[in-house]
Amino acid sequence: MFYRESGDFKTSYAADQQTFPIRFDRIVVALILVCAFLVVPFFINDYWEKSILLPFLVWSLAALGLNILTGYCGQVSLGTGGFMAVGAYACYKLTTGFPDLNIIFVILLSGGITALVGIIFGLPSLRIKGFYLAVATLASQFFLVWLFNKVPWFYNYSASGQITMPERSVFGTAVTGSAATPSATYLFSLLFVVVFAFIARNLTRGRLGRSWMAIRDMDIAAEIIGVPPLQAKLSAFAVSSFYIGLSGALFFGVYLGAVEPTEAFGIDKSFLVLFMIIIGGLGSIFGSFVGAAFMVLLPVLFKNIMVGGFGWPTDMVQHFIFMLVGGLIMFFLIVEPHGLAQLWRVTKEKLRLWPFPH
Amino acid sequence: MSPMILNTIEVMLNGLMTGVMYSLVALGFVLIFKASGIFNYAQGVMALFAALTLVGFQSGQIPFSHLINVVFGTDYHNWGPGMNAFLAILLTMAVMVLLAWLVERLVLRHLVNQEPIILFMATIGLAFFMEGLGDMMWGANIKVLDIGLPSGGSFWWEDVTRVWATEGSEYYGMYIDVLDVWAAGIAIVLVIALTLFSQYTKTGRALRAVADDHQAALTVGISLRTIWIVVWSIAGFVALVAGIMWGSKSGIQFSLSLIALKALPVLILGGFTSIPGAIVGGLIIGVGEKLFEFAIGPLIGGATENWFAYVLALMFLMFRPQGLYGDKIIERV
Amino acid sequence: MNSTRKFGDPILSVNNISLSFGGVKALTNISFDILQGEIRAIIGPNGAGKSSMLNVINGFYHPQEGEVWFDGKLRGSLRPYEIARQGIARTFQNIALFKGMSTLDNLMTGRITKMHANIFWQALWKGKAEKEELMHRERVERIIDFLEIQAIRKTPVGRLPYGLQKRVELGRALAAESKLLLLDEPMAGMNLEEKEDMCRFILEVNDQFGTTIALIEHDMSVVMDIADRVIVLDYGKKIGDGYPDEVRNDKDVIDAYLGVAHD
Repeated sequence: MFYRESGDFKTSYAADQQTFPIRFDRIVVALILVCAFLVVPFFINDYWEKSILLPFLVWSLAALGLNILTGYCGQVSLGTGGFMAVGAYACYKLTTGFPDLNIIFVILLSGGITALVGIIFGLPSLRIKGFYLAVATLASQFFLVWLFNKVPWFYNYSASGQITMPERSVFGTAVTGSAATPSATYLFSLLFVVVFAFIARNLTRGRLGRSWMAIRDMDIAAEIIGVPPLQAKLSAFAVSSFYIGLSGALFFGVYLGAVEPTEAFGIDKSFLVLFMIIIGGLGSIFGSFVGAAFMVLLPVLFKNIMVGGFGWPTDMVQHFIFMLVGGLIMFFLIVEPHGLAQLWRVTKEKLRLWPFPH
Repeated sequence: MSPMILNTIEVMLNGLMTGVMYSLVALGFVLIFKASGIFNYAQGVMALFAALTLVGFQSGQIPFSHLINVVFGTDYHNWGPGMNAFLAILLTMAVMVLLAWLVERLVLRHLVNQEPIILFMATIGLAFFMEGLGDMMWGANIKVLDIGLPSGGSFWWEDVTRVWATEGSEYYGMYIDVLDVWAAGIAIVLVIALTLFSQYTKTGRALRAVADDHQAALTVGISLRTIWIVVWSIAGFVALVAGIMWGSKSGIQFSLSLIALKALPVLILGGFTSIPGAIVGGLIIGVGEKLFEFAIGPLIGGATENWFAYVLALMFLMFRPQGLYGDKIIERV
Repeated sequence: MNSTRKFGDPILSVNNISLSFGGVKALTNISFDILQGEIRAIIGPNGAGKSSMLNVINGFYHPQEGEVWFDGKLRGSLRPYEIARQGIARTFQNIALFKGMSTLDNLMTGRITKMHANIFWQALWKGKAEKEELMHRERVERIIDFLEIQAIRKTPVGRLPYGLQKRVELGRALAAESKLLLLDEPMAGMNLEEKEDMCRFILEVNDQFGTTIALIEHDMSVVMDIADRVIVLDYGKKIGDGYPDEVRNDKDVIDAYLGVAHD
């Protein structure tokens, strides 16, 4: 009833181009944001922070990043884990090297450094395509993780080889380290996610986004009509790596607090993020969030039901989740290659026409 | 010869043996890629799955016993003392054929005409599914696989090589694992058999026809679906062989499926469509990573085998995107 | 079309172009020019090298010999996107639209050489970026009106029928507001009505915007109707060049089209 566009006339191109053209959507999004910023912080506890909300926020950023590269620009990457490691280690080195630097800048700079590394590892994309490129990105995954393991400078020569985040605060409130409260870490991460989701949306609907999609859909034609492939691909790598670097920095600094590279940033993380965007929806900002939520919630849900409810052993639930995720990936690629976001879009289109489907 | 040279030769020999293993996995990739244009990421997990199944049959495990026990509160584990290796291999092969049939039926059939990269991602899904399935069926504990292949260092080779060293230098001969030699031998037999199969049998010819041109093969009455089942079965067989070799060498565990990842750079070097390419590529990577680790590894912290293959492939791609044996790509609009 | 129309100086001239792939000669010693404001057709049997010729003009293939003059300057070895920036747009024989994007976005991408806002403004969707988007949107809307594709503005082009896709592709090339427009078989696979529409669009573009057009077409009646001058290629060689009437009566051309055996 309320979800419709008739009567909601657009009188300028600016109004027609806005992110949420339907009023109902705008209201819902505003409500969600108000709720996320003003309501959730009062109810959040340790369990919700560590098991659901922080992982969701951190992986959403990573999924946004990979979606820009893979979903929008069509370059499949299996190096996400490695780039997250770059973000995490950049964050660590910057925090320990410049103790007075505000943590917000530290995290932004970590993204910037990851973007530079991303450009370097993106160079091969100018010559190779498709799964050749996917294999080439494995080089970044394995090489970077090895580097952080083997070069003591990166972990400040600590005996364990681990890196641990010192306490840092914003406006006098600790956001990293053990003193940080769940609401502080949550709000801090949420701020990054909201701002950069907004930016991702703007980038993907403008000139840059169109040049990425042109390269994705038909690279040769794109070059012939005037899209410089070098610029388009490298900017996709840079922006994507920036997001993944941010996510890595938050993952280490705010969420975990201490990491060991092989375990925290292994190839399984690269696959995890890839699965998020396949299930959520390739080439969709909204899909990145849905995919991240799905992949974060699914194991939590099944652990609660099967371990808590049926009393299954944990490792068996793990195997079951593997099968389920693998099966879902195949299912989505077969039935709906554009993921949950597309299902949602179709539902909305039906809703718009309801109750007169023809 | 000085011990230094002899040591280098030993490293190269061991590299060759490792390379044979890579080639075995890569071979499975090439077969499927040629016949269906699918880059089957799950090949490594297929090897893991095959090896798990083989051990399961051999030791008489009941499939899904953990699941059954949890759900019904029973306590079954084994149905008997097990069976001999040969029978177990035959049964495992039957399982792999069944699997090929299921994959065609449930997945491939619905993904015809999709872009290669979508198919690739689907096989990543398949890999996860099979990994979960394998663990669910047979349990995730590390297993020992022994089908009676000899293993251990070769004393004969040690004796032969000891006298090569310069008089007076301390050298105790080269170490080479008999199992590796067996693996190399079996791999060679396998490649010859596959070549003969594709050259001289009707199915083999149909297979090559499909590899050349799907549409044209369809028009002369070749059933694509049958061919795919055949190819995935053969790939399953290759996976079984690879699984046996790797499993006998280092036990059956999850890391086995990571071998699949190592096979990817092998394919890039050799090209996705060339069987000799897969073999040469495997050998180059095997020797290359061992030599690099031997010569340069100690200087930069070691464990370079983790990434050497990928970085080599990456460099190689920059100069020759079509692989060693591929044709030059001419782009058209 | 009558031959009394007057045209300016050559906007493009190619001199002694030869192109080969490995040992296969695709083009041999081709020279011709295209005058400012004319509609120039390239015809010839399948495999004659027509598409290769277009690919040379917009820099996708680099000929081994010969030179290309565009807009009064000798052109060096440029990448295709640099050539697009100089003012050459084109359509493709097998539709090369960006299938995942809407009609509107496809057309906006056609104007990509004219957009310059940097990444920071784009990220904020403010200032120069927003102004630029709106300005180009207006230009694109004019083309949408002109081609009568208002209704499919926001439809992903992958879902459109063939004829409309061809029209959107023409739109994308028009959006570039280029000096020279290359059309590779714009009417292939169309029915009579669609062909008539397409002819009308081509003539109107030429007439209203003064765009110079080079087109490849198989339908001889279409070519004879709309082209000012015609080049005939066969086996990578130029066998005819002139006004439609001259070409129609040329012996070599008739031989090539009627399939007289080559000896």
